[in-house]
Amino acid sequence: MTEQRPDPDALLTRVKHEEIQARRGRLKVFFGAAAGVGKTYAMLEAAREQRDDGIDVVVGYVETHGRADTDALLAGLEILEPRRLEYHGTTLREFDLDGALARRPTLILVDELAHTNAPGSRHAKRWQDVLELLDAGIDVSTTVNVQHVESLNDVVAKITGVVVRETVPDSVLEQAHEVELIDLPPDELLQRFREGKVYVHEHAREALRNFFRKGNLIALRELALRRTAERVDAQMRDYMREHAITTVWPVAERVLVCVGPSPTSPRLVRAAKLMADRLGAEWAAAWVETPAQLRLPPEARERVVQSLRLAEQLGATTVTLSGHRMSDEILAYARARNVTKIVVGKPARSFWKRIVLGSIVDTLVQGSGEIDVYVISGEREEGPAPSPVRASALRTDWVAYGRATAIVAAATAADWLVFPFSELANLVMVYLLAIVAVAMRHGRGPALFAAVLSVAAFDFFFVPPFFTFAVSDTRYLFTFAVMLLVGLVISSLTVRIRRQAEAARDREQRTAALYAMSREFAGRPGADDILKIAIRHIGDVFRAQVVVLLPDRDGRLMAWSGATAPFAVDGNERAVGQWVHEHRQPAGLGTSTLPGASALYVPLLASRGALGTFGVRPVDRDAFASPEQFHQLETFVNQTALALERAQLAEEARQAEVSAETERLRNSLLSSVSHDLRTPLATITGAASTLLEAGLTLDGKTQRELIESVRDEADRLNRLVQNLLEMTQLDAGTLKVTRDWHPIEEVVGAALNRLRKRLGDRPLNLKVPADLPLVPMDDVLIEQVLVNLLDNALKYTPSGSPITIVATAADGRLTVEVADKGPGLPPGQEDRVFERFYRADSSRGRGVGLGLAICRGIVRAHDGRIWAQNLPGGGVAFLFTLPVGDPPPVPAPAGG
Amino acid sequence: MVEPAIVLIEDEPEIRRFLRVTLGGAGYRLFEAGTGGDGLIEAATRQPDVVIVDLGLPDMDGLDVIKRLREWSSVPVIVLSARGQEREKVAALDGGADDYVSKPFGAAELLARIRVALRHGTAGGTTDGTWANGDLRVDLARRQVFAGGKEIHLTPLEYRLLTLLVRHAGKVLTHGQLLKDVWGPGHAEQAHYLRVYMAQLRRKLEQDPARPRYLLTEPGVGYRLAAE
Repeated sequence: MTEQRPDPDALLTRVKHEEIQARRGRLKVFFGAAAGVGKTYAMLEAAREQRDDGIDVVVGYVETHGRADTDALLAGLEILEPRRLEYHGTTLREFDLDGALARRPTLILVDELAHTNAPGSRHAKRWQDVLELLDAGIDVSTTVNVQHVESLNDVVAKITGVVVRETVPDSVLEQAHEVELIDLPPDELLQRFREGKVYVHEHAREALRNFFRKGNLIALRELALRRTAERVDAQMRDYMREHAITTVWPVAERVLVCVGPSPTSPRLVRAAKLMADRLGAEWAAAWVETPAQLRLPPEARERVVQSLRLAEQLGATTVTLSGHRMSDEILAYARARNVTKIVVGKPARSFWKRIVLGSIVDTLVQGSGEIDVYVISGEREEGPAPSPVRASALRTDWVAYGRATAIVAAATAADWLVFPFSELANLVMVYLLAIVAVAMRHGRGPALFAAVLSVAAFDFFFVPPFFTFAVSDTRYLFTFAVMLLVGLVISSLTVRIRRQAEAARDREQRTAALYAMSREFAGRPGADDILKIAIRHIGDVFRAQVVVLLPDRDGRLMAWSGATAPFAVDGNERAVGQWVHEHRQPAGLGTSTLPGASALYVPLLASRGALGTFGVRPVDRDAFASPEQFHQLETFVNQTALALERAQLAEEARQAEVSAETERLRNSLLSSVSHDLRTPLATITGAASTLLEAGLTLDGKTQRELIESVRDEADRLNRLVQNLLEMTQLDAGTLKVTRDWHPIEEVVGAALNRLRKRLGDRPLNLKVPADLPLVPMDDVLIEQVLVNLLDNALKYTPSGSPITIVATAADGRLTVEVADKGPGLPPGQEDRVFERFYRADSSRGRGVGLGLAICRGIVRAHDGRIWAQNLPGGGVAFLFTLPVGDPPPVPAPAGG
Repeated sequence: MVEPAIVLIEDEPEIRRFLRVTLGGAGYRLFEAGTGGDGLIEAATRQPDVVIVDLGLPDMDGLDVIKRLREWSSVPVIVLSARGQEREKVAALDGGADDYVSKPFGAAELLARIRVALRHGTAGGTTDGTWANGDLRVDLARRQVFAGGKEIHLTPLEYRLLTLLVRHAGKVLTHGQLLKDVWGPGHAEQAHYLRVYMAQLRRKLEQDPARPRYLLTEPGVGYRLAAE
């Protein structure tokens, strides 16, 4: 053995496993071979010790059966009050799960893990209660007898002849942190039984006398010991893996078990589980749905479902495959999943049938190659394996038989016409054609009927002596036989093809429904849309009413307000939904958790947790009893959850972007304000204080310069504050646009008048035609746009460089252009200049970079457009458009 | 001649200080008030030639001060207000104020407004029948208008509009005042009539109508005929 570094992936898995273990409660199982070995006693003793160690221990539910020594141990322990249930006139005492969750002790004792809860309890089984306690982080001690272990269930039944209905899934026991075997030699146990120290119901006492036989007890003890030993072995292997102790590891084994409608399937499942456990292998259970099996009687389908459920409970992955040859599908799946061992049942077909049709096992073995095939004896427990229901035989369709008769009659008529010139063999062909036609359209029954009828008609009309069923030449009997046989084969082939097509169509429809929903999701980004689509599709496909429950801020589920709920989700129903949401597993109608609910509740599980719950109330209450339907629903809900999560993530990303943008703007604003406000203030303060302190000693020209700089900087400050103010109004949406009809000429004039001091003798090139229409606008705001654009041109071009203003009207729009002959904008930045705090060239810029952003805001508020473009001959033009609208009645120029 | 008296109603001490220096230097007698109430008392007792009112006062609305003042006096009133408050300016002008100055303002601008106000307050506008500025000359007695040395033919409505502006030369007139005086009380809402006629007038009287020298637009408020 060599010490080496543990595999990081394995370590990670272990850490994760430990994390889950740390959060969950620890399960301790007191395990025994039979009743009476002293499990409860041992459990209570251990609990007393832990209490003495200062651990908060509560007895959740313990049945002492009035035994004095056990009762004595209970004394001094806190006991949870049992829940009392009225059931058919008797009061039942049950473990109070909610009470336990509310009390939240560190450790709780819950006897008899395999117990079945009284109807009306939250869970059907006590082990489900225990799982919930563990999920809540409460440690649990419990007791189990070996015959209650699911995978050992039928072994025990074989040994003792007693079938135990209350079982605990192996997966629950495998979660146990500790399993303590309570062992008592069979002789001592028998002694205790005879002394009446083992509690059993009075009426079961006689029956149990058979159970408590030494041979049985030895076998049970061996089972319990072996089971415990296997666990220890598994722990040992875990330990070795954790500490990277290298041993020769077999290549990872995978076991696949094929289940079917046979009553022996559960046995196969359990056998596969044992095999997988011993190999330390993953395992799966598969059911192949062939066209013929689509029409199995409901009981048979139910058995398939049960077998698959059992496999799931025992820890297998389950899968439903479909195809027309069982062996092909099984082998294809096995190859795809690297299965090393396949477990199948011994064929139930009779010897002759096997010779003629071959058996699944034979074809499996032939095609298996490197995969081992294990054939487990398929001992019949009850009745023969069910054969597919012949639907056509059950449902006599007289119309179909009538049509078959008509078709055969037509064939006879056709034959009658060609009879004089034709061989008998050709006549037979026409009849075969008729049989195919019937099989295609009406299925097996009418096809068989047509075959028989054809033979009879052929005999009657065309075989001498004519018009009697008598046959003169016995060779014709052979013709009849072959004709009948060929007719049967053809009809059965035709029917099979038709059924396969139907099965394919069925599957196709299910897939298409899912695809249709996914495709709609793809086009709709919003969570509301996704939920609406999901409600519609799930409602249609499963013929059900659907409600969506979403958690509010406190995690409490509320009916989604986006759609009217087709059924009220109140009190109890909401509690079921809440449970589903918190435990992330389906519950309600058709499940074993809270089956009393009126709807099935399925959690919307996504990678970030449960997003909510779908409540589905099918028209047919048993709609979700079949696992395919149930899985199909889960697939739909999961698809919805993924789409929903994607939508939420996208929304969050958008929000984050918006808040990042807001943050960026705020930072820009702060830096602008601190820099651009302080600079003029510094100049003003400096100039003013110089004048104040040294004013008299300065010459007149210097004084004037200082005073002018104070005035100019104050102007600048004023513009800055004005811009900030307007931007704030634009942002807050409080900027009011008061539209009235204005000639643009007048607004241009007002802007130029306002800037006349700064314009000085700058050459202006104005092209504002007199015939422009009146345009609806807010003159104050549009004047501001022009002022800002002109201000920009003045700021970025040398004095003496001309500025052009052109206004034109075309296509229902007025376009105003303000162009300069300056350096222009950096290429590619034509759009960015309208962003806030953007400055094309920060070395020359003076101002916060809000002017153009304000222009854009104002123009947009007028439903116009503003853009910039560099001019070919140098310089830049800023253009904006305003919609012209329908001009108002204008007084005639000569009017008055 | 006694120096003209001005009552200043303004709550900001710094602005009062600056105006005290400016107006005192320009030869006016200044009486200051920090509140509307004090301002009304000053206006009643000092017999001012011009009253300057800030629209934002601590004790009462500047508009109310103007209305109260107008109950017993026709003294010219100049309003001080911020840019962007066009609505308030129009309300003040329609409520009896004669003119306004937007804050921040230069001393020259305010002094020009005061001169215009004094002229209208004492003489009631032109009295000799002619008015002229630059190359624009209006002979009210003969109903003749000259621009660029040529006589300009105006329609009766254009002429009424122009003479109204001439009588208040240098002063702002709101759209409402112009519409009411030229078209009559029924047309106060049809401001675009006014704009169309104003554009026609500019085309006839201005060299460059898009860059007017005389017929100035005060966006959101009204028009002003440049007086100097």
